[in-house]
Amino acid sequence: MEILYAITVGTLTACSVFLILRGRSFPIVIGLTMLSYAVNLFLFSTGRLVINELPIIGTSEATTDPLPQALVLTAIVIGFAMTAYSIILAVRVRGEIGSDEVNDYNYAEQEGQR
Amino acid sequence: MITDHLVILPILVPMFAALLQLLVWGEQPQVYRRAIGLGASVLTLALAIWLVIAVQDEVLVYALGGWQAPFGIVLVADKLSALMVALTAVLALPVLIYACHGEDNLGSHFQALFQFQILGIMGAFLTGDLFNLFVFFEILLISSYALLMHGGGKAKLRATLHYVVLNLTGSALFLISLGVLYGITGTLNMADMAGKIALLEGDDASIARAGGMLLFVVFGLKAALLPLYFWLPQAYANTTGTVAALFAIMTKVGVYAILRVFTMIFGADAGEAAMLAHDWLWWLGLFSILLGALGVLGSRDIRLVIAYLVLISVGTILTTLSLGHPDAIAAALYYLVHSTLVTGALFLLVDLIAEQRGKTASRIVKGRKMAQHNMLGGMFFIAAITVIGIPPLSGFVGKLFILEAARTGAQVALLWPLILGATFLMIVALSRAGSRMFWHTLDGKPNDVTHPKWQHAAVILLLTGALALTVFANVMFDYTSAIATQLSQPSDYIFSVLPQGGQHE
Repeated sequence: MEILYAITVGTLTACSVFLILRGRSFPIVIGLTMLSYAVNLFLFSTGRLVINELPIIGTSEATTDPLPQALVLTAIVIGFAMTAYSIILAVRVRGEIGSDEVNDYNYAEQEGQR
Repeated sequence: MITDHLVILPILVPMFAALLQLLVWGEQPQVYRRAIGLGASVLTLALAIWLVIAVQDEVLVYALGGWQAPFGIVLVADKLSALMVALTAVLALPVLIYACHGEDNLGSHFQALFQFQILGIMGAFLTGDLFNLFVFFEILLISSYALLMHGGGKAKLRATLHYVVLNLTGSALFLISLGVLYGITGTLNMADMAGKIALLEGDDASIARAGGMLLFVVFGLKAALLPLYFWLPQAYANTTGTVAALFAIMTKVGVYAILRVFTMIFGADAGEAAMLAHDWLWWLGLFSILLGALGVLGSRDIRLVIAYLVLISVGTILTTLSLGHPDAIAAALYYLVHSTLVTGALFLLVDLIAEQRGKTASRIVKGRKMAQHNMLGGMFFIAAITVIGIPPLSGFVGKLFILEAARTGAQVALLWPLILGATFLMIVALSRAGSRMFWHTLDGKPNDVTHPKWQHAAVILLLTGALALTVFANVMFDYTSAIATQLSQPSDYIFSVLPQGGQHE
């Protein structure tokens, strides 16, 4: 199970890195979302993978660690808000600048023209 | 009773102020919102000063909800935290005074966002828990995303997009490193983790080091350390003056986090993971100074010049910190206080200059005379010699402390030429900018845009702070030395948080 889990996290991370390195805002937002999935899964595994056990010490031989679950919950909430914000931002950039290229090749000409 | 809760008050006051400001306040909400904001900032400043006095003899620990460390989340105020909290409050009040004269009307909810930003910064300085640090980082980042856009415009949008994407990636890395460290040590409390890391051996220690280096990358991104600084010049140069001035403290949050984590958790006592980042800090800091100095020289816009000055100051502080001994840490902290105040003042001042110059704005070119030419010129002169480090003001004193802190031949051979060379390039760049903008003006009538006295007062207040640092340099250096001593003995901190010294199992 650990190997399958590790491959899943690794694949998600690799895909997200590839997407984040693209030059357009839409793939970047998708990449960031994927990265936050990968991170959430990874955080979840830091309490070690245990199946079908209670987070209470003493009830059975193995116990699962509740803290990473709480951390993941926090990370999901924050990540969700961040994804929403970055989508809105990407749409605004697309609307106001007319292109979803992340880098502006004409920057040198615009310098100081605020 | 209030004394018991003193540690959490600098976080609660901005939070409640922001929530109040979000209410519907009738026909003219801005009047009430400004009053609440200014009141809250004054109150925060008073609390911060009280906190500095309260931590003179002891480390204050505040267990949230009464849950004791390491199981609950604690807020910890030692001398370093108190200094940073006080610095934030001292910077925030003049910046807010400045913002209340029109800039807060450029977009909605500036006042509330400002207080939320303060809330996040205060929290990051006071927390004693790594995951809680992440949460407060997110709070300050979310507000900073919105503040950076304040006023709108294409250049701001693009700079914000870069900033947001970089910081979201940084947050993901932060979570990964927290996961790694939690998986190895089973704790997120900084004091507890310091004890656990020291006991690790072999493979476990290597994993902990990997986690630590990931944290270093994240904090380096916040602090704008080379090679992670590329977001900074565009973001700071494109946003409004008030936001940039407030952001003068943002890079210092990263510096604080590096100092806290890499002296306590990965410090000298950390066993196989000891002194993890110090070599990296030394070299990256030196190159940051170099690139910052080149950036200052190459910028054609005065806002960009100041953004690169921030980069130089970060490089200087981190290089000095990496020397490791208490005198170096004390010198770096003195310089940190100085550079935060003076860059804040410069960002506000340049905003005034750009508005009064009209069409040429902040570009370093010939332009029309400003309405309050001599006033602004005088302030620019004082701010410039302070930030460059020409005698007699605080920049000079700070650089003197730093140069003295370099001990061995190799340190002197690298640090002295770079800092003095950067100083020289700063003189060239700022005197060129100053003479273009104030002396080589076009003939004819000056522009008629003027600014109210209170906006000048805000800049003067910040510059007075830098002046006070010069006059009371000895007092201040004694205080930063006390901080450095406390940092070099992390056991004090650890025993305050965990009465059994981490031996609870």
